[in-house]
Amino acid sequence: MSAKKWAFEDFVPGLKIDLGERHVTAQEIVEFADEFDAQPMHLVEEAGRASLLGGLAASGWHTCAMLMRMLCDSMLLDSTSQGAPGIDTLRWRKPVLAGDTLTGTCTVLSTRTSSSRPGLGLVTVRYELFNQRGELVLEMQHTGMFLARGAAA
Amino acid sequence: MSALDTYFRLGETVTLGSHTFGAEEIKAFARKFDPQPFHVDETAARGSLFGKLCASGWHTAAMWMKYNLLNREDATDRPWEGPGPRPEFGPSPGFEKLKWLKPVYVGETVTFTRRAIAHRALASRPGWRVLTVACEAFDSTGDKVLEFESAVLVRTG
Repeated sequence: MSAKKWAFEDFVPGLKIDLGERHVTAQEIVEFADEFDAQPMHLVEEAGRASLLGGLAASGWHTCAMLMRMLCDSMLLDSTSQGAPGIDTLRWRKPVLAGDTLTGTCTVLSTRTSSSRPGLGLVTVRYELFNQRGELVLEMQHTGMFLARGAAA
Repeated sequence: MSALDTYFRLGETVTLGSHTFGAEEIKAFARKFDPQPFHVDETAARGSLFGKLCASGWHTAAMWMKYNLLNREDATDRPWEGPGPRPEFGPSPGFEKLKWLKPVYVGETVTFTRRAIAHRALASRPGWRVLTVACEAFDSTGDKVLEFESAVLVRTG
């Protein structure tokens, strides 16, 4: 039996998992962009303001990475996760700007057991991230793999 | 082909460059964003389903973006032969159909590619178009490790 809090059986359609809160600083926006997405709107305040994004904005990839960390801390690290084969859809709905505070939810849409791997379950979820004004900034849908409680090492 | 088709190299697979994923950068990225044991600790990784330290899937995807920018039309002074101003790249509305097909293990060299698929006018923003791009990455054995279909806004008017 696994000592992990979250196993396949725990994910039931409609379940909503709170992803906690994360503050986004200008420094980390610039640091991430400098390494992976060195466009002026992610590096320089004035360039961000002059762009469609309207301010120093996080790289969309940075927002994905921040969502991943929120998910790790709120659920994934204490689960029987076996990884994820991919992402079905991801939409960056609004810019994430320096000084924003993100909150989020992970909603279980459907689950099924794997036909090829006994003890493995597939969980399809929808993620939503919001800024401090309650505006949706990111939405993403994907299917993750989790071991059933009895099957977990 | 239109001037925009030519500029975006519609249908052509463009090689963006190669990156070797070292242990330190894999762990540094994962400690910040994806601290699952198989991304942050060699010993824990050996006992995991992957069997070896491997990069976070988000690390591989972000690295695609880095090499994409280094080779984008606006970074390489690709000649613009159309009427009107040179196209200007803006933000991306998102991506879809992303697949992590194979783990990127420590020491692996990954080659990134891009192929422009289509572009269309954006009804909500006159003067802007959406360009869709097929994005891929391959390891040193030629196996595909990542694919997704991305979109980017481009100002063309």
